[in-house]
Amino acid sequence: MSLLSVRNVHKHFGGLHALRGVSLDLEEGETVAIIGPNGAGKTTLFNLISCEDSPDEGEIWLDGRRIDGLPPHLAAARGLARTFQNGRVFGNLTVLENVLLGAHTRLRGLTDPGTRPAGAVFSALREIVLGIVQPRRFRELEAELTAEALEILSIFGDRLIPRFHQPAYSLSYANRRRTELARALALRPRVLLLDEPTAGMNPTETDEMTEVILKLQRQGQSMLLIEHKLEMVMAVAHRVVALDAGEVLVSGPPEQVRSDPRLIEAYVGKTADTAPAGAAAAGGTRFGASAALTAEV
Amino acid sequence: MLDQWINGLVIGNLYMLTAIGITQIYGVAGVVNFAHGSIYMFGAYIGWMAIAWWGWPLFPAIALVLAGSALLGLLLERVAVRPFARQGSTILLLTTIAAGLILDNAAQVIWGPQTQALRNPLPHWHFQLGNSTVTLLDLFILACGVGTALLLHLFLYRSRAGWAVRATAQDREAALQMGIDAGRVSRLSFALAGAFAGLSGLLVGLYFSNIYPTMGASATLKGTTAALLGGLGNVPGAILGAYVLGIVEAFSVEWLGSSYRNLVAVVLLIAVLLFKPRGLLAPRRALNPEPTAGTFIPHGRPLRFPRWAAPAAVAAAFVLPLALANPYPLQVLSIGWAFALMAVSLNLISGTTGQISLGHAGFVTLGAYASAIFTSRLDLPFSASLVISPVIAAAIGVLLCYPALRLRGQYLAIATLGLGEAISLIALNWDAVTLGPLGISNIQPPKLFGYELVSPAAQYLLAFVILLAGVWIVHRLSRSHLGRALRAVREDEVAARAFGVGLSRYKSIAFGVSAFLAALAGVLLAHSYSYIAPDTFTFALSIQVLTMIILGGRDNIAGAVLGAVLLIALPESIRFLGEYRFILYGLLLIFMLRFRPCGLLNART
Repeated sequence: MSLLSVRNVHKHFGGLHALRGVSLDLEEGETVAIIGPNGAGKTTLFNLISCEDSPDEGEIWLDGRRIDGLPPHLAAARGLARTFQNGRVFGNLTVLENVLLGAHTRLRGLTDPGTRPAGAVFSALREIVLGIVQPRRFRELEAELTAEALEILSIFGDRLIPRFHQPAYSLSYANRRRTELARALALRPRVLLLDEPTAGMNPTETDEMTEVILKLQRQGQSMLLIEHKLEMVMAVAHRVVALDAGEVLVSGPPEQVRSDPRLIEAYVGKTADTAPAGAAAAGGTRFGASAALTAEV
Repeated sequence: MLDQWINGLVIGNLYMLTAIGITQIYGVAGVVNFAHGSIYMFGAYIGWMAIAWWGWPLFPAIALVLAGSALLGLLLERVAVRPFARQGSTILLLTTIAAGLILDNAAQVIWGPQTQALRNPLPHWHFQLGNSTVTLLDLFILACGVGTALLLHLFLYRSRAGWAVRATAQDREAALQMGIDAGRVSRLSFALAGAFAGLSGLLVGLYFSNIYPTMGASATLKGTTAALLGGLGNVPGAILGAYVLGIVEAFSVEWLGSSYRNLVAVVLLIAVLLFKPRGLLAPRRALNPEPTAGTFIPHGRPLRFPRWAAPAAVAAAFVLPLALANPYPLQVLSIGWAFALMAVSLNLISGTTGQISLGHAGFVTLGAYASAIFTSRLDLPFSASLVISPVIAAAIGVLLCYPALRLRGQYLAIATLGLGEAISLIALNWDAVTLGPLGISNIQPPKLFGYELVSPAAQYLLAFVILLAGVWIVHRLSRSHLGRALRAVREDEVAARAFGVGLSRYKSIAFGVSAFLAALAGVLLAHSYSYIAPDTFTFALSIQVLTMIILGGRDNIAGAVLGAVLLIALPESIRFLGEYRFILYGLLLIFMLRFRPCGLLNART
């Protein structure tokens, strides 16, 4: 069974049928990129997988357990971590605190949500008491997590380490995105969901982020990635799923998807009618479409 | 039956005049205007002066009321709204509350706190409709209400200025880009809303034949309830909501008695917030839009003090009773410590977790009543009650607040206001347990280990030790992983939730610990006052405590203590300030938010 499995999910927003029966699978250690034009339903799909929202139809399974319909904080406890399209760091927390917050679900014996009302009340009361008393094992756990957080921050070289005591709002946009990724890594996710990790970054920063993602890949991190920059998708993805108008248009290895005429059509519209020489123009169209895909950023 | 319908329609008309103003201001400025009732009250007084002092006939008096309260609306916009437009809606909520506080207390200073009779100058003509009497005043109120609604409709849908108002309410940024002068639209809306509010105040005064300086509070509550029933920002909705509220009230007064009038409104307010926060007319919710990047409001970092500063301050506070011969400062300071405990506790909700609570007095009332009942009616010793009462108060407090915790920003603030009111209204109406409006008197003085703590020095030390315990608890929590999680909730609820911070759980934790400490302060005060009634701890106290933490600095424990001591000690030590105390609080709140929003003990970053 796949690590993450999305089965035939549908989602409506009022009259808009945002997802129409999307299925996809993610294997252990795999990186799958989701591409598609604006409005294709990529972020909606992410919101469903991270349980920010629940599907109207269909199922989502993580590690052999069904997760759709769970509240998002429980999905996090099952090992889902995400970054957000526009970057959502905690502005008035320091970089280090942001990353430590990412490890919130790993504070074992402290933050267990508890089941049923009585269990939840009991575990919340225990969390308060332990928060006040702070027994030694929790101080040690906190120290371990802090060391680990610094280690995570160091994957971005000296971008974040010198700033780890600064509030996140004082960071540059790219550094906020890096902080977000570090926060997600601190959860030790089973599946990492990256929503346009390089949006708004310049070419150098994009290359750096690509390197980081490749490094995570080598460490065996399973990732689902929304990305517009085709070059980056080509560099990191094992498989690509192209969405259009709420449906899976094509999926497969990056090279194959990239040259699929249906995808080109989805991005730039039908060209056959207007193109003066149909067959001869095919190569040119493909080139043009790729350019359009990269240029969209 | 018919009587209640007529009554409900007339009252509904009166509520409508405030509700359309509140909803319009919400549309344009994005804030529930808590000074609205104060303008309404001023309108009533202006009309009263014209009729009773100067002997004007009704129509010129109404014209004067319309002009005067429109001006007041403009003044409010200039002083309490425009300078804060960029600081977010919760700050605006605070500044309008402050403006209301100033106006209400200014009215007490100008016209005196007593109720004034307002004679109806209309001829006393009436007719029978079935079994009920309809007076000319009833018809006049109906005409005013319907006429205003029609005029407003014509204005909004048939004039260019009204078009601009609607556009600005729908999307301020886009309206600005289309060349609409949003400042003008905002002024126009405040002037109109002010005029309606003033007219409504005068009509209510005529209807009940009396006016008093605090009459605005219930108008704000009723107007807000009606506006929420219709969906904030929706003018036709507010009209519908006002009639619903008026008719429901008229029937419940008939069935339950007039002391339930306000409780019914509060229950309706809380119910609509919980079940239909977007109003009766709204469709089902859509997903919240993602915020755009980079909209952070810097909080300021706590000022650094030398390591010896805190122990030195504590030591100084301990030896103070030895150094002072006069007991009066000690009495003032022991009240100050109790308020500091409230401020420290509210700071956990508002400073650390970022939720505005306007119902903190409710927790204090719960603790005070619990202890008064345990010690005087169940003969529990003070020492036991000191532990049990806050626990019970916190449990009740969290249970009451829990359903409201999923609301955000102003909606949560209004819900907590409603819950705070509900707690004191329950204390008022549940005679069997609370002795109703009489209150509980002869509460025993604090007694620990066989010693009655009656001397000012003993009470001072008791209050200080309890404050220290509270500060220690909050300090430890704030430094632990819990502090981090609560701040994450303050900064971004969606991101916090996505990382395992369940919002209900952590907000409940903040409210629970906070309610516990506030109730502890309530226990202290009940035993030191030896008397408690439903109106001992009111909405004004909630605002007072909120002012303390804004003064000291949000999310800053030392700041909360300093703010409390300053706000309690200053009016006591400077005699002439006593009478103007609440005006001072209001001015201070506006002044701090304008010029030093990070507070005294936080550094700007």
